[in-house]
Amino acid sequence: MRWKQALQNRWNGRRSGTAPAEPPRPLYVPQPKIMVRNLNFFYGDFQALHDNNLDIAAHKVTAIIGPSGCGKSTHIRVYNRIFELYRDQRAEGAVYLDGVNILSPEVDVIDLRRRVGMIFQKPTPFPMSIFDNVAYGLRLHYKLPKSELEDRVKAALQAAALWDEVKDKLHQSAYALSGGQQQRLVIARALAVEPEVLLMDEPTSAIDPVATARIEDLIESLKERYTIVIVTHNMQQAARISDYTAFFYNGRIVEFGPTEEIFTNPKNKQTEDYITGRFG
Amino acid sequence: MTLRSHRTRLWTDRLLKAFAGFSALVGIVFLLWILITVVVRGASALNLHFFTRSPAPPGVPGGGLGNAILGTLLLTVLATLLGVPLGLLAGIFLSEFGRHHPLGRTLRFVVNVLMGIPSIIVGLFVWAWLVVPLGGFSGLAGAVALAVLMVPVVVRTTEDMLRLMPDTLRESVLALGAPRWRMVAILLRGARTGLLTGTLLAVARISGETAPLLFTALNSPYWPRSLLKPMANLTVTIYNYAMSPYPDWQRLAWGASLLITLSVLALTVVSRIFLGGREPS
Repeated sequence: MRWKQALQNRWNGRRSGTAPAEPPRPLYVPQPKIMVRNLNFFYGDFQALHDNNLDIAAHKVTAIIGPSGCGKSTHIRVYNRIFELYRDQRAEGAVYLDGVNILSPEVDVIDLRRRVGMIFQKPTPFPMSIFDNVAYGLRLHYKLPKSELEDRVKAALQAAALWDEVKDKLHQSAYALSGGQQQRLVIARALAVEPEVLLMDEPTSAIDPVATARIEDLIESLKERYTIVIVTHNMQQAARISDYTAFFYNGRIVEFGPTEEIFTNPKNKQTEDYITGRFG
Repeated sequence: MTLRSHRTRLWTDRLLKAFAGFSALVGIVFLLWILITVVVRGASALNLHFFTRSPAPPGVPGGGLGNAILGTLLLTVLATLLGVPLGLLAGIFLSEFGRHHPLGRTLRFVVNVLMGIPSIIVGLFVWAWLVVPLGGFSGLAGAVALAVLMVPVVVRTTEDMLRLMPDTLRESVLALGAPRWRMVAILLRGARTGLLTGTLLAVARISGETAPLLFTALNSPYWPRSLLKPMANLTVTIYNYAMSPYPDWQRLAWGASLLITLSVLALTVVSRIFLGGREPS
């Protein structure tokens, strides 16, 4: 049904003159990739996010920090509409990706998720070989001759800094890899479909420090090509790898700005308390 | 506050351990007893003719149960082919699509009730709706009755096994831009050992059923020729022959019992191997 949806999108676009009714303006950063406007989120009757407004800069790393249960993960789970898997979860407001509100029902969620990849806290290799894991998304979205498929799998594994470790066992089960390797495999799988945005939900909290360092290096190298949003509990990590930081508390965005400013000169008392370790 | 006596606690503990150990032993003893009895009485019946010949008339020496063995195999395979796909799909619906749907809740309730229904009632049901309209006992009716017994077991296993798959796996398939049916395919792949085990156990269960076959497949002294005729099978044969006055037939009944016991044992062991030492849930 994707082609139908695509046709319909094109038709709707033509009828309304492609531009959205109210073009949003950047609030905090010039030419953001994503603009979040008045986002509210509900788990059943419980409101988890309150009037979130945020800009995600293109080709930068934006870190989202805050104490447990403050809505960090909930927030980024709206960007690829993955929350729709669950019946009682719903989002209100707007999230603009390149100026198009992805929460509007006409947006094709499959295409959205190809453009906005996601990495989860626990590595989630699929029950298949290393090669098939990386090829999964490729086969899903593209029709490729075998040789090109192989090239792209290799490129993705190289981009995720995993190629050298797995090149001799591509056809072994992905479950045989270590936790850190599995996480890089999952990143390779997400990179293979060439997304524009990469959402990372505490990608290093389930793996050891050495593997964490490798993934941080990886994130650094990826931001040239991708826009990255990372949720993290680890403030040193946010300080090390991000360009912008948003501090969440109780479902509200308390402070947002360049990472250096947030960490050296926070304007808000709550932000300062959290960063200096007084709570959270 | 006074401390409870150390001695009382010690003896309570010992008493409980003793009772639990004794009960476990009773269970094992009965299982072994059954196995030994069946082996001792049945082993002498198992020879080449047992597997290759059909039964001889009373008084005539020789004969075997080849027809019933083939019949039971046919019934089991056919019931599996009917029951597993249906049960699998219904289980997928319960776990992945209809978890909170009214239809899902109804289905879950129906399946639970169906699991508790005595198998003879399933036999009667199939008799009323298939045997009577078709005008006679048939292997087909027998297979349908067995399939009806199998479906709820497969539904439950499928639902349980799929639910064991973590939500993060579902999310990561969808997050790549996969449609829901592809997510289901990945989940099935992840749960395949559990599903296979559940199916084997369901097969083991129905392969020993007698009651649902009494009014459906009935039994036959001949080799299976048509699905629309009464079909020979081991369990009803045991039922008939064990109560017959002829020692030859009684011996065959013991042989059939041994064969069924060994097959169920083999299926269970094989499913254990698939599970890789984990306990079936």
